[in-house]
Amino acid sequence: MLRLEKRPTPSRFWLYATPPVAVILTMVAGGILFAAMGKNPFEVIRTIFWDPVFGEFAFYLRGQLLVKAGPLILIAIGLALGFRAGIWNIGAEGQYIMGAIFGASVGLAVFPTENRLIFPVMVVAGAFGGWLWAMIPAILKTRFNTNEILVSLMLVYVAETILAKASTGFLKNPEGMGFPGSRNFSSYPAAANPELIAGTGLHWGGVAAFVTAILAYVLLTRHQTGFQIRLAGQAPRAARFHGVSPARLVVMCMGLSGAMAGMAGLFEVTGPAGQISIDFNTGYGFTAIIVAFLGRLNPLGIVLAGFLMALTYVGGEMASTNLGLPDAAIQVFQGMLLFFLLAVDVLTNYRFRLAVGAH
Amino acid sequence: MTRPELLRVEGITKAYPGVVANSDVSFSIGEGEIHALLGENGAGKSTMVKMIYGLVRPDSGTMTLRGAPYQPAKPAEARRSGVAMVFQHFSLFEALNVAENVALGMENPPAMRELAARIRAVSEEYGLPLDPSRMVGDLSAGERQRVEIIRCLLQDPKLLIMDEPTSVLTPQEVEILFRTLRQLAREGTAILYISHKLEEIRSLCDEATILRRGKVVATCTPRDRTAREMAELMVGQALKTPERRMGAKSEVALGVSDLSLESPIPFGTSLKGVSFTVAKGEVLGIAGVAGNGQDELLLALSGELKAAPDRVRVAGQPVGDCGPVERRRAGLVAAPEDRYGHAAAPDMSLVENAFLTAGVRKGLTRNGFVDWAGTRKFAEEIIAAYDVRTPGPDVAARALSGGNLQKFLMGRELMQGAQVIVINQPTWGVDAAAAASIRQSILDRAGEGAAVVVISQDLDELLEVADSFAVLNEGRLTKPRPTEGLTMDEIGLMMGGAHGMEVAHHV
Repeated sequence: MLRLEKRPTPSRFWLYATPPVAVILTMVAGGILFAAMGKNPFEVIRTIFWDPVFGEFAFYLRGQLLVKAGPLILIAIGLALGFRAGIWNIGAEGQYIMGAIFGASVGLAVFPTENRLIFPVMVVAGAFGGWLWAMIPAILKTRFNTNEILVSLMLVYVAETILAKASTGFLKNPEGMGFPGSRNFSSYPAAANPELIAGTGLHWGGVAAFVTAILAYVLLTRHQTGFQIRLAGQAPRAARFHGVSPARLVVMCMGLSGAMAGMAGLFEVTGPAGQISIDFNTGYGFTAIIVAFLGRLNPLGIVLAGFLMALTYVGGEMASTNLGLPDAAIQVFQGMLLFFLLAVDVLTNYRFRLAVGAH
Repeated sequence: MTRPELLRVEGITKAYPGVVANSDVSFSIGEGEIHALLGENGAGKSTMVKMIYGLVRPDSGTMTLRGAPYQPAKPAEARRSGVAMVFQHFSLFEALNVAENVALGMENPPAMRELAARIRAVSEEYGLPLDPSRMVGDLSAGERQRVEIIRCLLQDPKLLIMDEPTSVLTPQEVEILFRTLRQLAREGTAILYISHKLEEIRSLCDEATILRRGKVVATCTPRDRTAREMAELMVGQALKTPERRMGAKSEVALGVSDLSLESPIPFGTSLKGVSFTVAKGEVLGIAGVAGNGQDELLLALSGELKAAPDRVRVAGQPVGDCGPVERRRAGLVAAPEDRYGHAAAPDMSLVENAFLTAGVRKGLTRNGFVDWAGTRKFAEEIIAAYDVRTPGPDVAARALSGGNLQKFLMGRELMQGAQVIVINQPTWGVDAAAAASIRQSILDRAGEGAAVVVISQDLDELLEVADSFAVLNEGRLTKPRPTEGLTMDEIGLMMGGAHGMEVAHHV
């Protein structure tokens, strides 16, 4: 019989081996799933993992990778700071939407003024919108001890309702012939977030993602606040003994993750999405949770994980258009990745022991 | 005196990765014998009894119980063979009553009413009064231990293992426990008794096996040896008694006045009007049975619980409403009892744990950035000064044995040059030699002019280090009295007697 035994110190090997092993297991289990659906598993896996980078249309798809990875990384880093502290913001999707609405509102309010400061102000407004939306669960938690997981998650649906109102009502394009959706930012240079280097997919959101990753890494390893975040997550009582105020930490971590999700929303709506529309959000806020864990809640790991997840997005779309695979199968595939990651993660702190003769 | 042999342990060896816990250990216990297992922390006592109780399997060696091979694969098998164990840390559910807790430990519990009747019968027979219908959350530590003992006695054990049973008891309760154990022994139950309190072992035990670094180094008859001789066998070197250098009493460094606080801990004890002062160079010892407000007092002094500003004063400066950081800055450091998760973060390295409290006073931050090189240096200083056995400062705290981690944590607080030092249980689970050196450092700091508050359940320890002595009882603190001239009986009465246990033994 196999028995789990706690390791005296966490295994460094498994800490780094877990993500690749989880990816391989996901490919195997996903392959079985695709085979059961009557597809050639090798073809599907190749379409998802290989073609976007080296296939026929790679010149276009490679750019798409960064377009998708940027917001995932930016949101995931914010979430990881909270997760490290044991604060579970599950509602990044809502904060992402609210950031987009706030930021876009500023831009649309001054349309068609041309000024260099407009875009930066919109970014700040986007961050503020996400921050504000995250403050609701944060304040409810610190004041009334509500569960931030539930409150932040449910606020996603409130945000989606507001988004529907915005695109059909107060932000609707007055020259849009009655179609839902705001003005398109691509035709409003002062507020647009264009591709910076042609063909790379890099826009200001990607730049923000990389800069944040570096800042977050420095924060966690060198700064007192990072130490407090890690301490609060691992040993809450020791954190209070150290002098951390749990309430302040909740407000700070929720606020940071909300602001970063809000910024990601603004970059998306002014760039790749182009406009506020009922469904411009594509679930980045939820997928970022997987990215955060896949990256071991480590900013640099998250950058790699963001690209991997972007690959399954881009490759998944290819698989569904070229091979007729349903979207749900792709989502199951992405979900498997988190599942296997958490399962394999047990080996970091535990090891298997063969208990001979026990019954 | 020759007794029929009950348990024989021969050549038992158990190795964990990186450490040999037991190496070729042999001893035997006769029926009705009270046998002491003595040794420093990490000497392998716990591993040994865990093997007898079926929690751990030996790598090699044999055990025989009443002549038959004995090799329990799990505690249930050990219990079926007549081996029972009372652990140092209780495994009781506070929100359930006594009978329900006992039933949870049984494989086929009888009907509740019948079980309650049996609990009453056993408790009367052995002079351990216990009401089966009371909630465990409302019981004192001594009473909780009785639940564990009665749980064992219901199985009618042939061998009862007790791991450090007296650390939570008042002196009177200890006497009563010993009467129960002697009665059990007279009736033929063997008792394997683990403790580091040598005077207790001398008064209770028939034989002793002494372990050092996993090996049997001596066997002796405790009655024929002095406590000092046994301690030296245990440690393998001559022991130093702490010396005190009394400074002249001077101005008050820590003042607490009429401090009342609601406990944040479920089933905790609220503090009720606690007042005391500690002068520079003075050591105040605070005794009391666990769960009488010790943890709350530590939280109130460390700054984790806040009060009105003037309730707590450090060097005349009101700090009652300050958090831990400001209090450290004002010169007060504190060391909580619970090492894993409160005083230290178990999964963090010793360097990170050094930063946990020393960051403020050792100036280990610059513009909010942590000076990890400086912190590492401080951690290495602690490791050297307090003889912490560890491969290095980057090891996770949880990888250290309890005693070694305690040495590190004591060093962390004592080496910060604070004017006021508050410690809850400075030597809990620490071996004799290390305990002596921790006490010596406490006295050294006092000699340098620090005001020290030591909260402890070990009366011998308090009498050794404290200049004045007070007792915390149900959240109230007695007026501190000079330690000199206090008798054990007076202390026992200050502690609230034996929680109504006298009655039972008048039979």
